[in-house]
Amino acid sequence: MQMIWVETFYLILKSIINLLKTKTMKNLKTMKNLKFLTTVIFATLLFVSCSDDDTPTPVNEEEVITTMTVTLTPNGGGTSITLQTRDLDGDGPNTPVVTVSGDLTAGVTYDGSIVLLNETENPSENITDEVEDESLDHQFFYTSGGNLDVTTAYGNNDSNGNPLGTEFTIIAGAPSSGTLTFTLRHEPTKPNTGLGDAGGETDIAATFNVTVQ
Amino acid sequence: MHKYALLILLLCSITSISQNCDKTLSGSVTDRHDGSMLIGATLIVAGSEQAVQTDLEGKFSISNLCNDTYTIQVSHPHCLTKGFTIKISGNTTKSFKLEHHLEELNEITVEGKAYSDKSKTILQSKISKSELERFSSGSLGDALNSLSGVSSINTGNTVIKPLVNGLHSSRIVIINNGVRMEDQEWGTEHAPNVDINAVGNLTLIKGAGALQYSGDAVGGVIVAEASKVPVKDSIYGKTQFTAASNGRGSSLTSQLTKSYKNGWYAAVQGTLKRFGDFEAPDYVLSNTGIFERNASLHIGFNRFDYGIEAYYSLFKNDIGILRASHLGGAQDQLRAINSETPLIINDFTYNIIAPKQNVTHHLARVKGFKRFDNFGKLSLQYDFQRNNRLEFDIRRGADRNNASLDLQLDTHTLLLDLDSHLTDVINLKTGVMGRYQNNFADPNTGVRRLIPDYDKYDLGVYVVADYRLNDNLLLEVGGRFDYTYMDIFKFYRTSFWESRNYDQLFPEVVVEELDNQILTNPQLNFYNPSGTLGATYSFGNDYKLFFNYAIASRAPNPSELFSEGLHHSASRIELGDLRFNSEVGHKVSLALQRNNDIFSFSVNPYVNSILDFIVIEPTEIQQTVRGNFQVWEYRQTNAQLLGVDADASYVFTKNFRLNSQFSLVKGYDRIRDEPLISMPPVNTKNEIVYQNSKFNNIRLSLQSAYYFRQNKYSNNNFEVFIPETQTTEIVDVSTPPAAYHLLNFNSSIDFTIHRKSKLTVGFGITNVLNTSYRNYLNRLRYYADDLGRNFLFNLKINY
Repeated sequence: MQMIWVETFYLILKSIINLLKTKTMKNLKTMKNLKFLTTVIFATLLFVSCSDDDTPTPVNEEEVITTMTVTLTPNGGGTSITLQTRDLDGDGPNTPVVTVSGDLTAGVTYDGSIVLLNETENPSENITDEVEDESLDHQFFYTSGGNLDVTTAYGNNDSNGNPLGTEFTIIAGAPSSGTLTFTLRHEPTKPNTGLGDAGGETDIAATFNVTVQ
Repeated sequence: MHKYALLILLLCSITSISQNCDKTLSGSVTDRHDGSMLIGATLIVAGSEQAVQTDLEGKFSISNLCNDTYTIQVSHPHCLTKGFTIKISGNTTKSFKLEHHLEELNEITVEGKAYSDKSKTILQSKISKSELERFSSGSLGDALNSLSGVSSINTGNTVIKPLVNGLHSSRIVIINNGVRMEDQEWGTEHAPNVDINAVGNLTLIKGAGALQYSGDAVGGVIVAEASKVPVKDSIYGKTQFTAASNGRGSSLTSQLTKSYKNGWYAAVQGTLKRFGDFEAPDYVLSNTGIFERNASLHIGFNRFDYGIEAYYSLFKNDIGILRASHLGGAQDQLRAINSETPLIINDFTYNIIAPKQNVTHHLARVKGFKRFDNFGKLSLQYDFQRNNRLEFDIRRGADRNNASLDLQLDTHTLLLDLDSHLTDVINLKTGVMGRYQNNFADPNTGVRRLIPDYDKYDLGVYVVADYRLNDNLLLEVGGRFDYTYMDIFKFYRTSFWESRNYDQLFPEVVVEELDNQILTNPQLNFYNPSGTLGATYSFGNDYKLFFNYAIASRAPNPSELFSEGLHHSASRIELGDLRFNSEVGHKVSLALQRNNDIFSFSVNPYVNSILDFIVIEPTEIQQTVRGNFQVWEYRQTNAQLLGVDADASYVFTKNFRLNSQFSLVKGYDRIRDEPLISMPPVNTKNEIVYQNSKFNNIRLSLQSAYYFRQNKYSNNNFEVFIPETQTTEIVDVSTPPAAYHLLNFNSSIDFTIHRKSKLTVGFGITNVLNTSYRNYLNRLRYYADDLGRNFLFNLKINY
């Protein structure tokens, strides 16, 4: 490909020079100059054409969160419930796959824990660790919607004693169904009274359809 | 003078009779640059001191000379005096050529027209040097903004991109000291990397010159040049200091030039500019500071018929981006837009934290020219540019202090130009251009490359000619052909590759399939013809009518072709398209100009029809674990822009002048039959200036700038679900802000402090009434008001 380039360029130059020749036959010095210019151009083009074509190395998005898994373990034993949202192409066109493994049982208290993963990397990277390391800069919020009757409470705090929320408890109330939304805010105002005055930026916003029976 | 000359002539003729000297030397004196006749040039014969002047046709005749060798000194008020040695044998004819003084024109030129820079058939706009100096603490974009038909697309108040007749970014070509800026100009939030204080001169290239620079300036060409250095023994300089209350910062710029009569010269210039957080009338715009450092150096040798120059400039800029504009998704966007004030307001600081940009631009140029008699001026130029752009986002963990984007764009260009006067009435300009560009995206950012690694080769050939039919009419025609070859290595997300059907369309470009990415090697070719055809008709004493038709072809830029991912600073997912072809603009413009001491005006209507116009606009909402984001996709359509720019200047009493300007542009998507996004609203600026050259050249001006509301816009609003309230709400990203009116005051006064030194003291106030407003063309208008009142104090010393 590069050779074609150089040739094209040279041909065009040659024709221009020929054109000039007819006008400047008298001026031999001009011809010399032009010849010199041609050489310079030709050499430069060759030089730049020879640049190496290194294949670039892939970049795996380091900060993307592809997967959030919320595990709800009933106090007093029983099958734990998993809520998961998984988007293996990150910001790509595929939508997240949202799964809820089962229904909550009325009157039962569950211990909740949240795990965040970046699965674009191999092995996958646990983002929860980073969030817990920077606990002052993060906070989870739990929002129930529709008719869902549940009560949530924070299960862990940051180093200043304000809620962090990668661990929590949830008490299932009367049989009902609705949505449960988990929101992770980066650099929120702490302490706050909820999403309304927390500010910061949303790192995660995932909504699950949940039923209490 | 005439009497004196005649007397000398008379005396000479008496003395020479006895020597039987009856030979005559006749001929003409012309301007070496354009061949125009020099009227009133004085020729003095050394020894006899016989002197004559050229007549209205630039012709002269010296009689009573002997067959001998004479030295004749030729001088003209606008030219450098030069001595010639002439051998007289019989009646001799000889034409003398003089070099025009390289007057400091000190202007930058904007052509609001397709292709043209320095075209004889396109009305040009200029900014005077004194005007430029008023923007010393601002940017190139700020200065250009003062012209009719030019506005800017801003990201906050420090990233100012010129917008010419409704078009910006890759459609505007900026020529800085003869070098086409390759500074990743494709991005809306990438401001031109040009130091406003290094801009001095406009070099007038007679004829249709814009095709000389490019064929793809669908929007326009901006030419900025350093001041020319005169060929004489001299040393001079200038230092300017500006302090401003808003941003609590200042800028200092200084330049020093040394020149010699033998043609050698050197000039050095530097600028230091530092501002902290700027302020809106009611709050601090947190993290909007700027720290700019620039330097440039010229060394050259300039003679009448040959010269060489080396130029190097460094531009370095740290720019803070409004902290409150960095958002995590559509829900945050809604909160930010619905909030009256920015979501994050901190105390004033000079510190610049993420989100921020850090840009370094190196520009080096070597240029030589040689003038050949009866042939023209041949010049050869090589230039190298290195643009390194770092963008920092708000990040987490170990990457907290790492850039999210790290691009290095290297460009080598070789230009060979010939400027020739074929006959007295025909000028021809022709040349070839070869360019190689390499982009390297550093993978260590830990963020997928926004712009892929690529090699790009350009080859261009152009010819422009103008023909002066008679004293009133000039015709101009030009053509250019550009070939572009791009060799790209890009990783696509497999899901995107397949969702776009690229796996069916381009299976041959796949190099390697990884887990969730595909490495591809697209190789693209673009063939771009362009041309211009125009006429200028002069009539009356001071009227001129310009007509120009121009066709421009622009290859899609890397951002339009390859964007694929989340653009943090815009809080949106941007998608390019590998299938794009070149966009082709057809622009017809007409201008009527009156140049008069009392009342001057120009009216410039135009129509620009652009086929396959590449536009980015919102298409859908994409769900991610992070939340929902608006997807903006590039698309090709047919666009049409119609507009008119008008300027007027009227001196109504001595020392008082009224300047007015008005710009209107309407842009339409002709396929969807809807308005184009981001078109500047109608605006008018009116200014009263008092200037008295007898009283220390005092100048006072009061300017009123009125910006109408943009009523033509496309509706790109979208809905988002808010879990807290269990409601679906509309995110209004389309509705333009209200109309606003700004009042600006400026003043200056000169003092002579020494025989060769002059001190200028200036004081100004922008946004005198401290009006709160939002600018439709500011990308951060959703989140914060624009700048409040600003007091500027300015000191300038010329020495």
